[in-house]
Amino acid sequence: MSSRLLPFYATLAIFVLAYGVCVFQFPNMLSTRVAGNLLTDNAFLGIVAVGMTFVILSGGIDLSVGAVIGFTTVLIAVLISWYGIHPLAAFAIALAISTAFGAAMGVVIHYLDVPAFIVTLAGMFLARGMAFVITTDSIPIRHEFYTTLQGLYLRLPGGGRFTLIGGLMVLVFAFGIALAHFTRFGSYVYALGGNKTSAELMGVPVARTTIGIYALSGFLSGLAGVVFSLYTSAGYSLSAVGVELDTIAAVVIGGTLLTGGVGLVAGTFMGVIIQGLIQTYIVFDGTLSSWWTKIVVGLLLFAFIALQRLLVVLSDRKRLLRNTPT
Amino acid sequence: MSNPDLLTARDIRKSFVGFKALDSVDFSVRAGEIHALLGENGAGKSTLIKVLTGVLRADSGTFELNGDPITVRDTLHAQQLGIGTVYQEVNLLPNLTVAENLYIGRQPKRFGLVDTRAMHKMARALLADYDIDIDVGAQLSSFSVAVQQLVAIARAVDMSGSVLILDEPTASLDRHEVELLFGVLRKLRDRGLGIVFITHFLDQVYAISDRITVLRNGRLVGTRETASLPRVELVSMMLGRTLAAATEHGRRDAPPHSSRRIAFHDFGRDRSIAPFDMTIHAGEVVGVAGLLGSGRTETARLMFGIDLADCGTIGIDGKPVKIASPRDAVRLGFGLCPEDRKADGIIGDLSVRENIALALQARRGWLRRMSTSDQTELANRFVKALDIRTTDIEKPVKLLSGGNQQKVILARWLATSPRFLILDEPTRGIDVGAHAEIIELINKLCDEGLALLVISSELEEIVAYSTRVRTLRDRAHVGELTGAEISTGSIMQAIAADPGGAK
Repeated sequence: MSSRLLPFYATLAIFVLAYGVCVFQFPNMLSTRVAGNLLTDNAFLGIVAVGMTFVILSGGIDLSVGAVIGFTTVLIAVLISWYGIHPLAAFAIALAISTAFGAAMGVVIHYLDVPAFIVTLAGMFLARGMAFVITTDSIPIRHEFYTTLQGLYLRLPGGGRFTLIGGLMVLVFAFGIALAHFTRFGSYVYALGGNKTSAELMGVPVARTTIGIYALSGFLSGLAGVVFSLYTSAGYSLSAVGVELDTIAAVVIGGTLLTGGVGLVAGTFMGVIIQGLIQTYIVFDGTLSSWWTKIVVGLLLFAFIALQRLLVVLSDRKRLLRNTPT
Repeated sequence: MSNPDLLTARDIRKSFVGFKALDSVDFSVRAGEIHALLGENGAGKSTLIKVLTGVLRADSGTFELNGDPITVRDTLHAQQLGIGTVYQEVNLLPNLTVAENLYIGRQPKRFGLVDTRAMHKMARALLADYDIDIDVGAQLSSFSVAVQQLVAIARAVDMSGSVLILDEPTASLDRHEVELLFGVLRKLRDRGLGIVFITHFLDQVYAISDRITVLRNGRLVGTRETASLPRVELVSMMLGRTLAAATEHGRRDAPPHSSRRIAFHDFGRDRSIAPFDMTIHAGEVVGVAGLLGSGRTETARLMFGIDLADCGTIGIDGKPVKIASPRDAVRLGFGLCPEDRKADGIIGDLSVRENIALALQARRGWLRRMSTSDQTELANRFVKALDIRTTDIEKPVKLLSGGNQQKVILARWLATSPRFLILDEPTRGIDVGAHAEIIELINKLCDEGLALLVISSELEEIVAYSTRVRTLRDRAHVGELTGAEISTGSIMQAIAADPGGAK
């Protein structure tokens, strides 16, 4: 395939290399336990990153995802603990609200022609503010159904646990890959990221696609909120602060061009898992501060942006050479 | 050519705030013809195309397709009616595959998902009609501009299929690619498509078109059969001058050759301007004449180092020099007053004083700032010398009239005491009085020993100040007129000359 997918291959290579180094130092890291935990611990991040991948592929950005996760956990906790609503009903309500919230941002972005950065920044404050208005306390969720869900897992050979939320993340990624590469909607998303004016002239339904993209991101943020509440058994208005930035980092490390149009959903999976791997390494090491995760992620992010820029420059130069008749 | 009219537009009017872009224009395309649409800048070509394709709405006028009256609502509706357009900037999506570009929005589906294999098969079959055999699953950006252009045409024909409008499709193609494109166009014509073709290259017009429509200043000049329209007449239609009236002669003789000269040898750039030789002596004004798109501005950009030459050498007073950027050019004493004054020349919000001091300051470097009193002294000197009408040298330049803005740019370069000044359309958009003053100024600068290269589409003007005239056609320097040879008539002949007939 083309050189523009090189960042994806680079991510893959870095993952294999990093995992190799980890295993060399701590042989225990090569186990289904670690693999299962990687999926479980990063489930919410992965789910929200799929939505972010679509947003970034279309040339946009969604800064509201972390706040929507926080809002969703609080809403679910309040609905279950204060109003006694069944968790499934609470999930449905939360997902409906988060999807509508995303769609509304898409409407504003398209029809008022406001940069996504500004609209979703406003959305971020709005969602976080709403969470605080509901309650500033951390609300524990105690419900049989929750205990049941949390107890669901497949035992992997070697003692690892493939949990429900880990599985859900894998499912969301499979869905995202199919949506991106095997549907018209997917091609519209790439088209928007490539050149919005051309896409419009070629008959791409820009309004419908833009709203769909942000609605999808909203829905997946809500789903990530559900997963987060399952993961922590609580709802707290300060949860998932800054997750939007981790998500963007995962998408970019996964090889998606921040300017849109180029990238793979599968790349984002690698981006998420690499972040998880760094954290696991730090846990295994035991002496390093967990803030080292941020430092390594920062360095990786910088390296990837530099790599993408370099590839763009190189391919431009190559095209120039090829177009010159000999 | 008794084919019926396929698409007819009658009495089309379109105006933008106080300016008539199209004034009662009639236009028609027949089935099975290639119709060239010609005109200089601001003639209304692109407005007409936009009206035909639904990008803009006409203020009044009627459209008929196959005899039925139609109203084009928007671009999508135009496509559905069968009017397909390929714009100069290939408006496809370089980050998608060729097949996706051809079928986006109408991909074949199987079980609700896009059937990529079927889509690739369809794409290969479609492109086979155009003798293109490429990997349709590869990214569009991995192919040359010519292939992208053909893909855009294939898409437009496949989606629309009765009228194809091509807006300067050959602007970025080389000779071989143009031939390839023309082969495809002829095939489509024989299939019965009506093709509208916009270009600035006269040779191409004669190579491929059946009829020609010329617009000028938003009005229809005429529609003629290509075979019975001599080149000179076409040029006079485009420029709006008749040969009979065009007889005034130049007043200037070339000065004696001095040793102070700038020599460009075999200077050129691929896809921009064919290599040319030119030596300009001090005290000489070389006029550059040619139609829009003939390579006039490209020549200026190349000389000033904005675009880099692929080949050739420059010598100043016999010594070889290198120009790799406009900074180098300025250091060597070159100056350029660009065509688009507002975008590339003046800095509207800065004062007259600051605009005049700009080039000199740039040459001194940012460490050695010119003091305000130096700047004021400089500005006052030039305001007086060039008679720049401004109430105050602290006035923002954007508040000045066009002619005075032009003088400010001239002053900016003159402040650097240049040896060579390039003026690209120095009198565009300037009122008649200021027009005469600029011409006088050019003559005066020339007498003072400056070497000048002046590009203009006003032939009378070129005749009035040039000691020599370079004529350009189809991105090449094709001739030079000196002394008594210079007249508007001879320039027009040179621009229109048929390269085949001249040999």
